[in-house]
Amino acid sequence: MRESDGSRLTEAAIEVSSLKKAYGALQAVDGISFAVREGEVFSLLGPNGAGKTTTIEILEGLRKQDAGTARVLGTDPWADGYALHKKIGVIPQGFKFFEYPTPREAVKYYAALFGVKADVEGILAKVLLQDSAEVYFTRLSGGQKQKVGLALSLVNDPQLLFLDEPTTGLDPQARRAVWEVIRGLKREGRTVLLTTHYLEEAEELADRVAIMNKGRIITSGTPAEIITNHSSGERLLVHGSERLAKYLEKNASLPVEFDGRDLISLSLHRKEDVMAAVAAIQESGLEWDDLRTKRDSLEDIFVRLVGEPMEELEAKA
Amino acid sequence: MNARRVVADFGVFSRGYIRSRIGAFFALVFPVILILIFGAIFSGGSSEPVSVYFQNQDGSQVSNGFVSALNGTNTIRLRAVDTSQNFTSYLLSHSASDGIVIPSGFSSAFISGKAVNVTVYGNPASTTSAIVSGITRGVVNEFNLKRAGGSSVIGVEPQNVKSQSLKYIDFLVPGLVGFSVLTSPMFALVNISSQYKRDKIFKQLSLTPLTKSEWLVSKIFFYIVLTIISFLLMTLVGVFAFGAHISLTPWIIPFLVVGPLLFVSLGMLVGTGSKSVESSAVVGNLVTFPMMFLSGTFFPVSTMPAYLQSFAHVLPLFYVIDGLNNVMTFGNYGAALTDLGVLLVLSAIIFGLAVRFFKWRED
Repeated sequence: MRESDGSRLTEAAIEVSSLKKAYGALQAVDGISFAVREGEVFSLLGPNGAGKTTTIEILEGLRKQDAGTARVLGTDPWADGYALHKKIGVIPQGFKFFEYPTPREAVKYYAALFGVKADVEGILAKVLLQDSAEVYFTRLSGGQKQKVGLALSLVNDPQLLFLDEPTTGLDPQARRAVWEVIRGLKREGRTVLLTTHYLEEAEELADRVAIMNKGRIITSGTPAEIITNHSSGERLLVHGSERLAKYLEKNASLPVEFDGRDLISLSLHRKEDVMAAVAAIQESGLEWDDLRTKRDSLEDIFVRLVGEPMEELEAKA
Repeated sequence: MNARRVVADFGVFSRGYIRSRIGAFFALVFPVILILIFGAIFSGGSSEPVSVYFQNQDGSQVSNGFVSALNGTNTIRLRAVDTSQNFTSYLLSHSASDGIVIPSGFSSAFISGKAVNVTVYGNPASTTSAIVSGITRGVVNEFNLKRAGGSSVIGVEPQNVKSQSLKYIDFLVPGLVGFSVLTSPMFALVNISSQYKRDKIFKQLSLTPLTKSEWLVSKIFFYIVLTIISFLLMTLVGVFAFGAHISLTPWIIPFLVVGPLLFVSLGMLVGTGSKSVESSAVVGNLVTFPMMFLSGTFFPVSTMPAYLQSFAHVLPLFYVIDGLNNVMTFGNYGAALTDLGVLLVLSAIIFGLAVRFFKWRED
């Protein structure tokens, strides 16, 4: 396990050290430390109940930590929340709003609250909401509501955005649209702290990821670093019978696993192992099909680290 | 307190209110419907003469004179029952409780000076029975006096309070104005405060420069405006549909301002203290319903039993309605000032508590 290399940096938008928060007997956040650099998309990844939302709410100044320190844009979020809020943008988890303003009215409302002259149409265009700008919030689809949340988080032109599960519950198309918006924010040089329980989302968007489980950070780094550090190596997968599996076990001199139905998996240690494996398959004279190599994805590592397959986690969501 | 933010929040809230229509219905249409219904039920109802069955078993000139004297009061309307009928079973079979029987020999007893009784049937629980026996007694006294050859010395000159007679509608309009001062902000704020908490909208707002006092003040302004509109509507209906007598004085305004201030804060306090939307609705009803019925909304508090009257005096709405009655109906500004004082103190306390316990964010 490697600590994130935030210490190397001069400019940190967020610095968290030994942060703790308990709700009664439940230790929601259990001594986590990490730093988010200016201009990066940093993702807290973890199953539901990992402590992501509690962490993010402490950083937004909505909750007070029990122990540890949090610095956001150089301020203490709990003590200086009112000043901090003018500089950050937030979408809370499961964003909801008043039922009857239209997105355009909502953006104007926020502009009045912040006392800024916001480019209302520009913001609506940025979150791809121009077509629904005149529809009451309550009649918008889930994805469009989420985009209203994004639009509102942009009204005060924040340097730092907190996006707490911005795509949970959205269909794949809506999710991709929200991703597009987040990529745009990154291009504009804004810092984004994104929580998600979708691995794909973290892989797609985040410069760096911290995997959280049960209130702790299990590992962090760029997705590639995490894969390198935790991967069990490359595998060769082939569809074939149990006979083929047994033949390979005897002749390929590589660790072989058989899934009991038709999938054979050979662990590759060196590049040359691929040649030997393919040769052995050919020599067996048995039926085979669909040959491919596979590297551990972030998901495989996540499952190994968190100990629960993703589908179960999503079912709980 | 920043006026720009209060105005922005007021704008979004009022537009949402109008668009949702449900709130507007309960605030504006419902009180008018109530006034139409209660006004129709009670208007003029008491001026109808009471129907009374009578049986004249005597049939003489004297007894007929007695009957026409009863009729002449215009307070009761007599319906003759044939002497062949059993009078009590006749009353029962017509579900009537009030009746008068003039016995045979009434005329000869009257002339000879022998004692004779007119029988009055009635139900002690019914107000009409008291009227019938009172009227009958009056006519009997008149006949006795005439028999003795005397004449009345002491008379009664009926005179109503104020120049015109006070009608039920005159109490109903202030009562129902009070009803809407209570219900529109209470139900809405109890619901809003718990729902916004559940949907994390307060958290969302706490991330803007809007403060919770600004948010609350914007709601108070909104409900003051709404209360004034519904006051005007109800007064118009009361005056034009039922001829209510209402003095429109500037003294009404403080009550239309302090009332919403009080009940917006109270609704906020109840909603804020509750764990869920459901429990807040229960607590909200628990607080609202006794006030809704026992503060003089539908009938004057003075008609209630003494222990309920003392209970009414601890209900904040009582002081709104009592105050409105004092300024709109009686022109009793001294008493209204006391009501206003009580309301101001209560509002200050409840507003303070609401701001204190209503939390944007949690520890």
